[in-house]
Amino acid sequence: MSAITRDEVAHLARLSRLALTDDELDHYATQLDAIIESVAKVAEVAAEDVPPSSHALPLTNVFRPDEVRQSLTPEQALSGAPAVEDDRFRVPRILGEEA
Amino acid sequence: MSLIRKTAAELGAMIAAGEVSAAEVAEAHLDRMAEVEPKVKAFLHVDRETTLEQARAVDARLKAGEKLGPLAGVPIAHKDIFTTRDMPTTAASKILQGWRPPYDATVTRRLREAGLVILGKTNLDEFAMGSSTENSAYQLTHNPWDLTRVPGGSSGGSSAAVAAYEAPLSTGTDTGGSIRQPAAVTGIVGMKPTYGGSSRYGLIAFASSLDTPGPFARNVLDAALLQEAFSGHDPMDSTSIDAPVPSVVEAARNGDVAGMRIGVVREFAGGDGVQPGVLARFNEAVQLLESLGAKVVEVSCPSFASALPAYYLIAPSECSSNLARFDAMRYGLRVGDDGTRSAEEVMALTRAAGFGPEVKRRIMLGTYALSSGYYDAYYGQAQKVRTVIAREFEAAYQQVDVLISPTTPTTAFPIGERADDPMAMYLADLYTIPSNLTGNAAISVPCGLADEDGLPVGLQIMAPVLGDDRCYRVGAAVEKALESRWGGPLLKEAPSL
Repeated sequence: MSAITRDEVAHLARLSRLALTDDELDHYATQLDAIIESVAKVAEVAAEDVPPSSHALPLTNVFRPDEVRQSLTPEQALSGAPAVEDDRFRVPRILGEEA
Repeated sequence: MSLIRKTAAELGAMIAAGEVSAAEVAEAHLDRMAEVEPKVKAFLHVDRETTLEQARAVDARLKAGEKLGPLAGVPIAHKDIFTTRDMPTTAASKILQGWRPPYDATVTRRLREAGLVILGKTNLDEFAMGSSTENSAYQLTHNPWDLTRVPGGSSGGSSAAVAAYEAPLSTGTDTGGSIRQPAAVTGIVGMKPTYGGSSRYGLIAFASSLDTPGPFARNVLDAALLQEAFSGHDPMDSTSIDAPVPSVVEAARNGDVAGMRIGVVREFAGGDGVQPGVLARFNEAVQLLESLGAKVVEVSCPSFASALPAYYLIAPSECSSNLARFDAMRYGLRVGDDGTRSAEEVMALTRAAGFGPEVKRRIMLGTYALSSGYYDAYYGQAQKVRTVIAREFEAAYQQVDVLISPTTPTTAFPIGERADDPMAMYLADLYTIPSNLTGNAAISVPCGLADEDGLPVGLQIMAPVLGDDRCYRVGAAVEKALESRWGGPLLKEAPSL
């Protein structure tokens, strides 16, 4: 039995904002199936009572004084933008036609 | 001896003494690059004038009496995953083609402050995801020992540049082995510092709980000098450790292992998939350390074998989140914006066009591992395994000062051999991953050539968090003893290019 179906991979691609072709979906479905089967081996480690670690080192929140500091200028911030209009990022429409 | 064969420490001393200028040293390396780059292809971006300008500026600072560090004027190859104001930064991805960052990474800034001269930006697996540098969207980099083989990865441009004498030093990043593995397969030194010991600010993020900048060099002392130059607390990185940098340079100069307790990780000292020549060199290194007065014992870490599957859940999960920033809106590539498509459609088209296959695989794998219904079984369980591995390390370090293993199961593999077989590729990092999951320090130093193929083998030395100096101390001992046996560094056995 496969760990992941082609439909599930198509769903993952949608969630990941990746417009994949049918051929790519077939290819990734096979590969992801093999990878997931392999990484599922983490289940073999007995760890019911073990707390999870999200990080290597113990972390606490880090704060800095709330002071005004120099930041990027509008020119710098927009310097890599694909499209700019009136000192702002120009983006494709974000709402449906009806809105 | 020509300038390109000198160590970084030697070059720094010559420049400080006024025997040679930083500009002359930079020029010698740029000439070497012009000569061998057509074969090695380590660099994605080279700009002779920008480099020479930097070198002349360092010469002027020295002449004005400015106190710079021991590496002032020494050239360095910089992995193209650190932002640089004066050079493009691409992470070897099409999605960032031509991007000029508006700021320098902390590592970049500290290199400049210490007077290092950046020769160019080196090739890598796209977003540092891979073990062969074949996942670069731009070019293949070739191993200077055998041009038909990979230079390791993800920092393969950086390892190849140093092994090919294009640069005495380079930077890398190590998320699952991306410094130690390429160092091992190109016969040089590569160090993954303690997580948080070197800043991630301006390092394009792959897996934020694992990513660690570190040095490459042709010898242990040079690596220590470089690590010292760019390490230390950075307020711009909230996971940066606010503690003094371990005394790595002193340890690299010391190299005395008499009385040190060294643990051989039983699970990584044999078994399936290990190349006989790798194992033979490793076993010799173990004997060597004993002969130098170290106490060698065997240590068992049974869960280390589960580090690989845990890593391939944790790293893709973090990557799927981190790479969401490439949304075609604020910087980088945008395709399909013809006025009829929505932002979401443009985003999906751009990401499909801009990311390569391995990046897409990992984004989808991470999205899967984090999705409801699978989270506990995959990501949640992987995080628990991370704790189990940390506990095994902790128990081991109660008995020993450092742990050792081969750095990689095999020597450099042929270009193309594992390119479309992700699981085979992932195995290259089998021995390096545990130290990433726990944030520990670990180094790879050359320990000889495998009999089967005459290619370099690396010895991995692992130490606890902030025990970076122990890695250098043991590395220096091994290097000194082996170089006296070999009559010079291992790299002198490499074919001339």
